[in-house]
Amino acid sequence: MFLTRRAEFSASHVCANPSLGDQQNRAIYGIAANPNGHGHNYVVEVTVEGEADPVTGMVFDLRELKQILNEEVIEPMDHRFLNREVAPFDRVVPTTENVAIEIWKRLRPRIDRGGVRLNKVRLFETADLYVDYGGEACD
Amino acid sequence: MRLTRRYRFSASHRLHVEALGLEENRRLFGKCNNPYGHGHDYVLELTLAGSPDETGQVANRDKLDGFVAERVLRRLDHRNLNADVSELASIPPTTENLASAIQTMLKKDWPFAARLDRIRISETGRNIFELDS
Repeated sequence: MFLTRRAEFSASHVCANPSLGDQQNRAIYGIAANPNGHGHNYVVEVTVEGEADPVTGMVFDLRELKQILNEEVIEPMDHRFLNREVAPFDRVVPTTENVAIEIWKRLRPRIDRGGVRLNKVRLFETADLYVDYGGEACD
Repeated sequence: MRLTRRYRFSASHRLHVEALGLEENRRLFGKCNNPYGHGHDYVLELTLAGSPDETGQVANRDKLDGFVAERVLRRLDHRNLNADVSELASIPPTTENLASAIQTMLKKDWPFAARLDRIRISETGRNIFELDS
């Protein structure tokens, strides 16, 4: 069975690789490379996979899931400038893809246990763009 | 990793099969067969599957948007699907056929390393069609 919990955070970012020049970054990331940054209302959906506990009837305690999301994602990222305030985005370009991978890395060790595992992180950067990450190897 | 991008276009159409009689068309398609056609605000979601490249992206956003605009939106937005879209000239422009036509438009010389994984299109908020590529 799959259980999904949704949370929101608002943050600013710049999509630019510090080792490339302004023109090159503009060619790759378009207006997302504007040097002073811009913001989004991110929506993250976290899906946990497992069987419902026969006693509690729950796959995962939603209060604990909410707390883990708060501690690992919302508190560190909400109303922050990702490139300047949230590691590793001082050196990793905070594209939607890379933010989703980072959220996965933060959540997985706190969620996986017994027969329960983190199945998917879906991260909406806007209503019209989202990525799904399920832990597959990335170069 | 999968990346999903949403686009919108508005178009008119009429569901009608020339080889069938008026009554049969009316029976099959109901008010969608009304002779002068009608329109919808379609929502198109494209899902790409692949690993992020060295820029941290499954596909470059501007390149993807430009490709979809050129191949699909330019041809469908504010058009009459029966009259203006050659892929739908001889088949009824149901959303099923429209999804297949969009797949054909996109797949020719697909320029991205990531593969086209899914086309999802809604004709209205209540009718949604998915085509796995």
